[in-house]
Amino acid sequence: MTVLELQGVSKSFGAIQALSDVSLKIEPGEVVGLMGDNGAGKSTLVKIVAGNFPPTKGTLSIADRQVSFHRPSDARAAGIEIVYQELALCDNLTAAANVFLGRELMRSFGPIRILDYKTMYERAGKLFAELKSETRPRDLVRRMSGGQRQAVAIARTRLSDARIVLMDEPTAAISIRQVEEVLSLIRRLRDHGIAVALVSHRMPDVFAVADRVVVLRRGEKVADKPTAKSSPEEITGLITGAITTA
Amino acid sequence: MAITLEETISRQVHATPLSWILSRHTFWVFMAAVAACIALTLATDTFATERNIFNVTRNFAFVGIIALGMTAVIITGGIDLSVGSVVVLSAMITGMTMAGGGSIWLAIPLALAGSLAVGLFNGLMIAYIGVPPFVVTLGTLSVARSLAMVLSDNKMVYQFGPDHELLLALGGGSTFGIPHPVFALAILGILTGLAFRWTRLGRHIFAVGGNEHAATLTGIPVKRVKILVYMFAALTAGITGILEVGWLGGVTTNLGQGMELNVIAAAVIGGANLAGGVGTAFGAIVGAALIEVIRNSLILLGISTFWQGTFVGSFIIIAVLFDRLRASRTNE
Repeated sequence: MTVLELQGVSKSFGAIQALSDVSLKIEPGEVVGLMGDNGAGKSTLVKIVAGNFPPTKGTLSIADRQVSFHRPSDARAAGIEIVYQELALCDNLTAAANVFLGRELMRSFGPIRILDYKTMYERAGKLFAELKSETRPRDLVRRMSGGQRQAVAIARTRLSDARIVLMDEPTAAISIRQVEEVLSLIRRLRDHGIAVALVSHRMPDVFAVADRVVVLRRGEKVADKPTAKSSPEEITGLITGAITTA
Repeated sequence: MAITLEETISRQVHATPLSWILSRHTFWVFMAAVAACIALTLATDTFATERNIFNVTRNFAFVGIIALGMTAVIITGGIDLSVGSVVVLSAMITGMTMAGGGSIWLAIPLALAGSLAVGLFNGLMIAYIGVPPFVVTLGTLSVARSLAMVLSDNKMVYQFGPDHELLLALGGGSTFGIPHPVFALAILGILTGLAFRWTRLGRHIFAVGGNEHAATLTGIPVKRVKILVYMFAALTAGITGILEVGWLGGVTTNLGQGMELNVIAAAVIGGANLAGGVGTAFGAIVGAALIEVIRNSLILLGISTFWQGTFVGSFIIIAVLFDRLRASRTNE
């Protein structure tokens, strides 16, 4: 079974061709590194899969069924979770509140529905434990390290029955020490059978966790091969255009 | 030593209730208000009289009620300058309806509907058109007062038809020695506090102020939240308008002029952060109390009332400076 399949996906914005004829498959429990220089089409690809806008041409399939997304909630309902580069966290709220943001658990209190703090703290605590993160549910996100913030954003994707998690530059804005923490979070997701698409600029991170690497250049897919059969030098060449085909 | 999951889950940010209380902004404002009351009791023989306390609590209730609505708006990162004008619009709708022989049961819904319409307009312009809150509400500040003038032909209204006595009792009367506006403040304060903490809408209000972009990405109905907070602010102003007519026994079109400043000061002193994301209902009430006590003290100590604006204005600036100071400390 394929978790996510893109077939001949193209996207143009007026005269600008952001993506042309990109086909791609991701299997369950697979970590795929999606690489490319600025303007190569990575974020366009992510936004199409996230349901921010539809492709101009081509089709998307989730679990072998063709889908079309009109809004981000459609993608979420289909089992696609996104961890945005800026993480989409509210600094003024607790870790648990952020995990459940927009999907708060409620309980009945007489005739009215109130927030179920107890269950949310418990479930958030379990998710952090599952991710082997030291994040505490009641701590304010404002006081957290970059790695802990990533854990909150990733724990959010574990709430639903996600099939695939798209991560946009998760290691771009954090210290080197915390990068390892994030990479192990990615491995945990993989161990749960979740496919991860890792959009990144950082070669060492992709080679550390990804099973496969896909390179985009000027909107076209120029390489798609197992990381074991490639090298950072080759990928760098493909990204810059020094090497034209893999 | 291994920490169990249960310990991590129940781990509180503050070790003891005392350290939690001492870390609260509201606690210190509350202490300041108490200290001011004690100082005034000792310094004057007019402060701790029954009559003065009665007046102070009632005056602070008017500012406090609107400060609750203002706090909700400020938490989302907005501001509402139109509240003072909504007060007069609501008061004038009440006055004109009743002066024309309408019953109080018709006047109150009409006044509240008029107030909510202003809030809805503010909210729609801010949420859907993206006009900055400062600009929209500055506009409605002018419009709402002007409508009140048109409605009354800028005359004073002091005859309220068949339900005249009922209206005066509603706003100016008291039960068990406590002025009615104070009851309104207490009820609204409890409801607002509970809504902030226990409802999904409350959570979303804080999320919108904390990170609007994140709120949008996680599927929170940001536009609806914004419209609702401006309508709530207008509703609190509308309620205050009705109560103030009853208390004053008459309406003129300068009612509530400049009130937005006192209300914003109360909310900000009570811990609402103008940058959004922070604020409490109790803080708004305590902030309003502190302002009213200070205002009262100026009068009792024989200082010219012309100084009031200086005090209130300085309070807003000082409160914001404190926020800046705290923010720069946490970032280090």
